[in-house]
Amino acid sequence: MTPERFDAILIGGGLVGAAIGFGLQRLGLNCLLLDEGDIAFRASRGNFGLVWVQSKGLGAPHYQRWTRGSAEEWPSLAADLQARTGIGTGLQQPGGVSLCLSEEEFEARSAYMARLQREAGNFGLDYRMIRGAEARDMLPGLGPKVVGLSWTPYDGHASPLYLLRALHRGFTDLGGIYRPNARLTGSRAAPNDFRIEAGDYIAEAPRVVLTAGLGNAELAPRFGLEAPVRPERGQILVTERARTLLPMPTVSLRQTEEGSILIGDSKEDAGFDVAQKPEIMRRMAQRAVQCFPWIAELNLVRAWSALRVMAPDGLPIYDQSARFPGAFTANCHSGVTLAGTHANRLAPMIAAGALDPALDLFTARRFDVRHAA
Amino acid sequence: MFATRPDARPPGAPTVEVLVEGRPTVVPEGATAAAALLLAGISSNRTTPVTGAPRLPFCMMGVCFDCLAEIDGVANRQACMVAVRPGMRITRQEGARVAYEDDAA
Repeated sequence: MTPERFDAILIGGGLVGAAIGFGLQRLGLNCLLLDEGDIAFRASRGNFGLVWVQSKGLGAPHYQRWTRGSAEEWPSLAADLQARTGIGTGLQQPGGVSLCLSEEEFEARSAYMARLQREAGNFGLDYRMIRGAEARDMLPGLGPKVVGLSWTPYDGHASPLYLLRALHRGFTDLGGIYRPNARLTGSRAAPNDFRIEAGDYIAEAPRVVLTAGLGNAELAPRFGLEAPVRPERGQILVTERARTLLPMPTVSLRQTEEGSILIGDSKEDAGFDVAQKPEIMRRMAQRAVQCFPWIAELNLVRAWSALRVMAPDGLPIYDQSARFPGAFTANCHSGVTLAGTHANRLAPMIAAGALDPALDLFTARRFDVRHAA
Repeated sequence: MFATRPDARPPGAPTVEVLVEGRPTVVPEGATAAAALLLAGISSNRTTPVTGAPRLPFCMMGVCFDCLAEIDGVANRQACMVAVRPGMRITRQEGARVAYEDDAA
């Protein structure tokens, strides 16, 4: 079969690949987006849907900036997708809170936010620690166990599924080629010259972008890159729809545009097992009811688990291959939060052939073992 | 495991009276609240939370959620999963349920 030529090939059609692909296609590059199929782990289908800033980047100011930058880019991305595709992503950015259920939690959170602000330096970080009556005015039906909360104006949420659909529609409407059920079966890498095979299908391009989530760990070495990502399981509970009540998301609870309340934020090391565990679900539900006792009256109608794509330090990994320039990798566990920067800031860097120096600290080389010469 | 279909029962089989939107409705004993909604002949039992579209019971087996109704004061119940009892009050579910009402409101 004759190879098809593209300007860029993205391997992985989840939120990361679709956001970068949409960004590249919008810049006029002719792109191919390969998607593995329903056997893939599909973190993008299991995402909780926060556009979240306030719990990210402790000890890593560059990550704090990158995340905040994405929250800044989100409104223009959402508006552009809406205008191009007619698909609303349900974006709301009213600020967000993290609830504290004990004095210890409140003190720990205060110290955390103070340190995050110090690390932000001149970039700044607006936040407030709020107690008692004022917290109860912000959030209806807050439980008596809640002693306080942290608040920042940057946080928000959106529908991960409408976002994914809008990015795909935007990408294909601009002429991008999407190929599902196209697991990579072979590849050849040379500087700015890549060939990929998916069964009988062959494509070539001067750029390749690895956006395969957990699959990147295996793919990256073929292109002179490293992506030491591991799965971290998260479980989600979904209630029946209720009239809009929560004016803003918390880090573990959000009410969707349609009225469902999502309960999330569990973290487990369970390998590639996507089973759901009653003891974790029970703990999530208990904490949700301690935060908002009225949630106990709502029926749960769905639950699922999915695997986050985690680097050893929990931060994203972005790299361009030194051995095979033109090969890029993008890895993160925040496909919704970072969609804004991926489409609006990262895609232009990949199109131009060089990552911005601001991304240097996100290289996978940070995991290399140091040794004395 | 399988309950007998109400209409397959012999004439004179026991019935119960329930209230659908306040109107007395006679239904076969053991029928579901969704069957009562249909027997009452109302034009819809709920409106959807997002677009407000009207709905009637559809799958009758607990899957589609189109039969949501308020039953004995409890919102959002799947009427097809609830067996009737004498005097049961079944009313329409208008959009999404109310989860919490502020005392101040």
